[in-house]
Amino acid sequence: MGERKFISGNDAFAEGIRLAKPNVISAYPITPQTIVVERLSEMVEDRSLKSEFIHVESEHSAMSAAIGAASVGARTFTATSSQGLLYMAECLPYAAGGRFPIVMMNANRSTALPWNIYGDQRDSLSQLDSGWIQMYVEDAQESLDMALMSYYIAEHTDVMVPVMVNLDGFVLTHTYEAVDIPTQSQADEFLPTYVTDNKMDLDNPVNMGFSVGPADNEEFHLLHHKAMLRVKDVVKEADERFKQIFGRSHGTMTQGYRIEDAEYILITLGSITGIAREVVDELRDRGVKVGVLKIRFVRPFPHEEIAALVKGAKAIGTLEKDISFGYEGTVYTNVNSALIRNGVLVPSYNFIGGLGGRDISYEDIKECFGTLIKGNEEKEVWIGLGVVDDVR
Amino acid sequence: MIEIRWHGRGGQGAFTASKLLGAAAVTDGLYALSFPSFGPERRGAPIQAFTKIDDKKITDRSVITKGDYIIYLDETLYSPAAKEDLKAGGLIFVNTKDIDRYRDKNVIAIDADSISKEIIGRAVSNTAMLATLIAHTHIVDSESAKKVLKNYLPEKIVEKNKSVIDEIITIERSNNND
Repeated sequence: MGERKFISGNDAFAEGIRLAKPNVISAYPITPQTIVVERLSEMVEDRSLKSEFIHVESEHSAMSAAIGAASVGARTFTATSSQGLLYMAECLPYAAGGRFPIVMMNANRSTALPWNIYGDQRDSLSQLDSGWIQMYVEDAQESLDMALMSYYIAEHTDVMVPVMVNLDGFVLTHTYEAVDIPTQSQADEFLPTYVTDNKMDLDNPVNMGFSVGPADNEEFHLLHHKAMLRVKDVVKEADERFKQIFGRSHGTMTQGYRIEDAEYILITLGSITGIAREVVDELRDRGVKVGVLKIRFVRPFPHEEIAALVKGAKAIGTLEKDISFGYEGTVYTNVNSALIRNGVLVPSYNFIGGLGGRDISYEDIKECFGTLIKGNEEKEVWIGLGVVDDVR
Repeated sequence: MIEIRWHGRGGQGAFTASKLLGAAAVTDGLYALSFPSFGPERRGAPIQAFTKIDDKKITDRSVITKGDYIIYLDETLYSPAAKEDLKAGGLIFVNTKDIDRYRDKNVIAIDADSISKEIIGRAVSNTAMLATLIAHTHIVDSESAKKVLKNYLPEKIVEKNKSVIDEIITIERSNNND
């Protein structure tokens, strides 16, 4: 048995990484970076984690160093946030296209301007096309568990794609709660040692990081895409294995709550899911058939699963801390595409909120369900900003 | 769910107090969340911290607008309007040198700075205010609060803070019996 600690989301993620035993950690420890890499450097210092900690001079270098380490077959970790992720952006497709199974924690924080360091999801959602798997977690326990599980998924021979695990800034990263910390032997039983042929090796030299001309380039992207499409099977396998060893399950690519007979479903991402469940319980007690569908992976996007789960609903709403300026929330775009691809026609609303760290309250979520039930001519609703025209 | 809101200035340890309370609740077998008012940390700037305690898992991560208990580590942040943020039957705790100024059934005043200064050597009153809260509300076991100090405070001040908790529990409980 492990132990139970009262720690933050950052601490929980660091504990999960300690248990995953990466060979190399590279990081640039300055705002908007979170203390996850600080904790890891302390673990390396006190030798509870035997890892090479590379203190680099920028996020761009952090990802470059991670790619270099991964290219010799090392299990590798880095973490970033907000503008730091954007500074890394040039390197992200190199890691993904090189099929290096790096794991990165991103603390979801707003991007400039107006600048602030509070939480929203615009940083990671702007990088959906980088070729990385993108996972969003809800609480500190899921953070620790996904730190472990992300390596299982990334390094799986059917996948070999890097994983970005997203934790809502502050609301999850800086909030303390009770977390069960597994033992090292449990973690070792779950996560196999990383062995790969995709590395520089003097005994088995291969060509890596190469150029490919127009005649063959597209094939590589199709292989990468197909690997992403296999993730859903690997997630299922990983969750079953996880449950056997740790006694906890986190669901598949999505996790529904009281959605089986739900007429109105709110689709969520990350830590806002918990409060939405509480609202569902209250409305259910009053006889209103509502449910919550948490999307755990935005890449690959579980379009069939989502469409199948919401097809019986009278209306659905996508709640996200994101706006793709000039159109709509990006998760909403993806949800609507999932509906159309799978022939599901349900009125679909977009609730945009929490930008720049604005609090989303219990009452706000109730109002979202109210809009789904009453119907609304305008499909895009900004939480707490009823009349957009007033904002100039 | 019991909701506690802490008011202090950066450096006074309001967030540490909220963590200690949450950790003590978890030690008692309850569930808890502790978090600060989010943002850059600046010494002296007003900050809030929040603790939520329940007998089931807490998933509401939003800030506390109405609290069961509101605690002021710094008297200058208190105003009588704070009572509007209390739930029915709630209590406010104020750290003050002038206890007589707070003759009010909803307000508990204590000179936590003096007690802390005497025992710890510095007027850092976060554990003293935590102990005052525990003495009056029994929301966690004071032994649990003492037990978790070592996880959140520098080693050299753990024992002194245990003494602060003991001292305040003794004073406040004997006052209650008067």
